[in-house]
Amino acid sequence: MAYQSYVLICGGTACFSGGGDKIVEAFHNELKAQNLDTTVQVVTTGCLGFCEQGPIVKILPQGTFYVQVKPEDVKEIVAEHLVKGRVVQRLCYDPEQAKKLVAEANIPFYQKQYRIVLRNCGVIDPEKIEDYIARDGYKAIEKVLFEMTPEQVVEEMLKSGLRGRGGAGFPTGMKWKFAQQQPKGQKYMVCNADEGDPGAYMDRSTLEGDPHSILEAMIIAGYAIGASKGFIYIRAEYPLAIHRLQVAIKQASELGLLGKDILGSGFDFEIELRFGAGAFVCGEETALLQSIEGNRGMPKPRPPFPAVKGLWGRPTVINNVETLANIPVIINKGADWFNKIGTATTKGTKVFALTGKVNNSGLIEVPMGTTLREIIFDIGGGIRGGHQFKAAQTGGPSGGIIPPQFLDTPIDYESLAKIGSIMGSGGLIVMDETDCVVDIAKFYLDFTVDESCGKCAPCRIGGRKLLNYLKKISDGRGTEQDIADMKAICDAMNKASLCGLGQTASNPVRSTLQYFMDEYMEHIKEKKCRSGKCSKLVQYTIDAAKCKGCTMCARKCPAGAITGSVKQPHAINPAKCVKCGACEATCKFGAISHG
Amino acid sequence: MAKLTLDDLRKMRGDKQKAMEMRDNSNKDVQVIVGMGTCGIAAGAKETFTTLIDTLTEKGITNVLIRQTGCMGLCHSEPTVEVVVPGMPAVIYGHVDAATAKDIVEKHIVGHQLIDSKICDRPSIDIIKNG
Repeated sequence: MAYQSYVLICGGTACFSGGGDKIVEAFHNELKAQNLDTTVQVVTTGCLGFCEQGPIVKILPQGTFYVQVKPEDVKEIVAEHLVKGRVVQRLCYDPEQAKKLVAEANIPFYQKQYRIVLRNCGVIDPEKIEDYIARDGYKAIEKVLFEMTPEQVVEEMLKSGLRGRGGAGFPTGMKWKFAQQQPKGQKYMVCNADEGDPGAYMDRSTLEGDPHSILEAMIIAGYAIGASKGFIYIRAEYPLAIHRLQVAIKQASELGLLGKDILGSGFDFEIELRFGAGAFVCGEETALLQSIEGNRGMPKPRPPFPAVKGLWGRPTVINNVETLANIPVIINKGADWFNKIGTATTKGTKVFALTGKVNNSGLIEVPMGTTLREIIFDIGGGIRGGHQFKAAQTGGPSGGIIPPQFLDTPIDYESLAKIGSIMGSGGLIVMDETDCVVDIAKFYLDFTVDESCGKCAPCRIGGRKLLNYLKKISDGRGTEQDIADMKAICDAMNKASLCGLGQTASNPVRSTLQYFMDEYMEHIKEKKCRSGKCSKLVQYTIDAAKCKGCTMCARKCPAGAITGSVKQPHAINPAKCVKCGACEATCKFGAISHG
Repeated sequence: MAKLTLDDLRKMRGDKQKAMEMRDNSNKDVQVIVGMGTCGIAAGAKETFTTLIDTLTEKGITNVLIRQTGCMGLCHSEPTVEVVVPGMPAVIYGHVDAATAKDIVEKHIVGHQLIDSKICDRPSIDIIKNG
């Protein structure tokens, strides 16, 4: 038989440890006592995300939220709410009160996400243009093409304060203005969908979930700058996003939303896809343009900026996927609405791909000015497996590593730059105490050395040298002089590299040197890696109490580092040990361990 | 399809909005929405999707509209499936493998019972501010 009501009890770790299981039991008992167990279903759910207010009980279909519920409250909820249909005010989550909580800096989870870019992701069918249209899709081009001049559109963008979400944060309106001011003629609008940071997938998800929003934004941008042709530069590793874009372009063209004389306005605009082969440097705008033209993807010195001389020497605007996804909403709701969201210097929201050692990895969108603590602990649900938060990495290989003391920094372009990281495209990797900072810096440097195009010396040689130093330290051969040399190389790369890749490649090293010098020193002086990640620094020891003196290990050791007589405890000479682990594997008595 | 004029586009939007409000998708009053971003597919959403279709066909149920959508943001619980049955709360299930997909059809759609322990809900859909 069908149930009439549902009691959802949060089964998240936090709520359950707060007595959630007892509440489930109490509901079962009480419903049975009231003969309601056939009309009310009790269900435990995944984390409802209100951990600070837990345990949480949600009653459906009314959708009433009860917070901080105790087992003794269950009787009252059943008698009042489920029998008489009266809400138990005392336990209710009250939106007004929630607002107060916000003011008191005790902000609950649900107030934190704010979906502009992801407004349609997970809501519409991305392969149906009607779904997008019904959600106010292609409404902004009505307004732009029929009611606004290109100058007004640019003015609106300037007023909105929108800044490029690709990483550097250049004001989008300014870019458009430069391109618009160029003499008439062929101009190009390019969408940068070459998302390459390890751990970042915001743009991919946006394109997969809402491809039409990008097409609409490109039409708006094309109209504003006077371009009739657009390119979407997307990496070939994103087959699903490519497929959905192709479907979207086909549908929009069939309906006349792309092509000649859009909606009878007289404005022509077409979009073509260009596939990248997955070179990280091609996310840099001048290299990206080279790649679209069919050349090897290498950056060019700026100026001239692409807005003046871009694709085939013509004025070109390049905007990132996330930047573009904001634009239709800004046009529909107005710049004044948009510039009220965010911080003084950075307006709007930011999408983060939250990954690493957090409980709820996922795609989130928060207003600028949200703190890392809110993102990691409230939305992300804290660190996995009860470990300690050690650091957060933003901005991928170009970003820095942020230590715990900056968890409460409100995130915007300026604040992140101040603490030695960058906003980047929005990858956010959380690390715990089992991660080693030297190892992390080595990982990122390895990536940028691999991806460096090799055109300029600071990046090509500097990156390689930095990586060698990091390897040396991680192998236990580092000296204090190395640290000084690394700092000098970081500065040189930052100042002298040709493009953003080289200028920022040293950030992971810089920031770890700044905040985790003690760990570097441990590696150098004590030859110790506290997380055990640097395998060469592992020390093998023999427990004399357990050693039977069987001599197996000494015979296996390829370096002759183990000595001892038969039936006497053996010992390892750390100076000779090559940390191969053969001794530990061969010992039948568990006498050999490493740490 | 013919090229749209401004009025056509507006009419199309109005019609579609009305259709969505009434949830009237040609007599299909139950909606099942599967998260089919790369994250969902990697976690097995395609298998979930086919199991849903197969089970519905097997049972001769015709009033269910199966849709796909992009990433719902709950990547840690993929594959995710949203089920909207009239008279029942709209619910998001997480970690929907083939067995759970079968349960969704048999228990939720036919039996009008929520499936315990697989509900993910959407923590904040009613409160998340939409742009």
